[in-house]
Amino acid sequence: MITLQVNGRKYDVDVDPSTPLLWVLRDTLGLTGTKYGCGMAQCGACTVHLEGEAVRSCVTPVSRAAGKKITTIEGLSANLSHPLQRAWIEIDVPQCGYCQSGQIMAAAVLLRENARPTDTDIDDAMAGNICRCGTYPRIRRAIHRAAELLAERGRR
Amino acid sequence: MQRHEVKRRRRWRWVTAASLALAVAAVVAGTGEEPARAAARAEEAGARAAFGAAYAVFMHPRCLNCHPAGEQPLQGDDSRPHAQNVQRGRTGNGKYALKCSNCHQTANVAGRHMPPGAPNWHLPPPGMPMVFEGKTAGELCRQFKDPAENGGKTIAGVIHHIEEDPLVLWGWSPGEGRTPPPLSRAEFVAKMKQWADGGAPCPE
Repeated sequence: MITLQVNGRKYDVDVDPSTPLLWVLRDTLGLTGTKYGCGMAQCGACTVHLEGEAVRSCVTPVSRAAGKKITTIEGLSANLSHPLQRAWIEIDVPQCGYCQSGQIMAAAVLLRENARPTDTDIDDAMAGNICRCGTYPRIRRAIHRAAELLAERGRR
Repeated sequence: MQRHEVKRRRRWRWVTAASLALAVAAVVAGTGEEPARAAARAEEAGARAAFGAAYAVFMHPRCLNCHPAGEQPLQGDDSRPHAQNVQRGRTGNGKYALKCSNCHQTANVAGRHMPPGAPNWHLPPPGMPMVFEGKTAGELCRQFKDPAENGGKTIAGVIHHIEEDPLVLWGWSPGEGRTPPPLSRAEFVAKMKQWADGGAPCPE
């Protein structure tokens, strides 16, 4: 039995320790917001936070996550109030939407470490998250917008 | 081990022994100096040659890819820039959402084109980049000997690093689709110890 702490809740899961975290999240816990893309850490669709870092859950054995804090797109905020979620909705970023939870989870780490990212910072943070619809220009705008919302929140 | 590999290693051993003997003979015959002194000079020549042999390992993609001249790690047997615009970052552990251990686990993920892994997968930090890429054997040797450029290590510390660090040892268990360095781990360590024991002389 492995104990996981996902989005503030504790779960005991009876799975093989080598099972990728992605499948435990999706199939065992039913948190299907995190997507399977390539299965080899190349596309970023499966990005979740493990102790605050944007890990690729498709290649992360669940044993690595035991007892650690995991956040998925479902846990980023309780009510879509995270600046990235607000910006994503405002700018209407997604097209098909498949990659977007991974995009947002990656961008959340960027904003945590750099509250006013430049375009280069965005390139450095986001180049590992692929979007087949090509929503990159809107992703970039939304990250800048989220940074503004973050700054406004800080001023209040 | 394949037959050509065994042959290559035997040949290498023979060349090293012959060079050493020739060096002693040449020194004694040419200068008439004392045998003890000649032997010391031959030991130094052997040590220098040993570093030359180990240099082929340092220049191999399994070592060089994480000791790049630029700010991006390299990957693959062709040492191409790492996919996804991965950067060294402030600590050598990557940047923002692209930190090394976000994909690289503590062990290889099984299968071709899957992320390799070892404990503490990282690049040298920007303040101590320990660049291998583009260095001659002499330049690399002098870098290894300079604590200001080698992470504050003594020669013994350098030897310990290459003999014990799990990330270095990973080079000989690189996972599917990646070639290991041209010397075995034991041969490589032996060459570096010979270099250290012979006074750590550097090629020109």
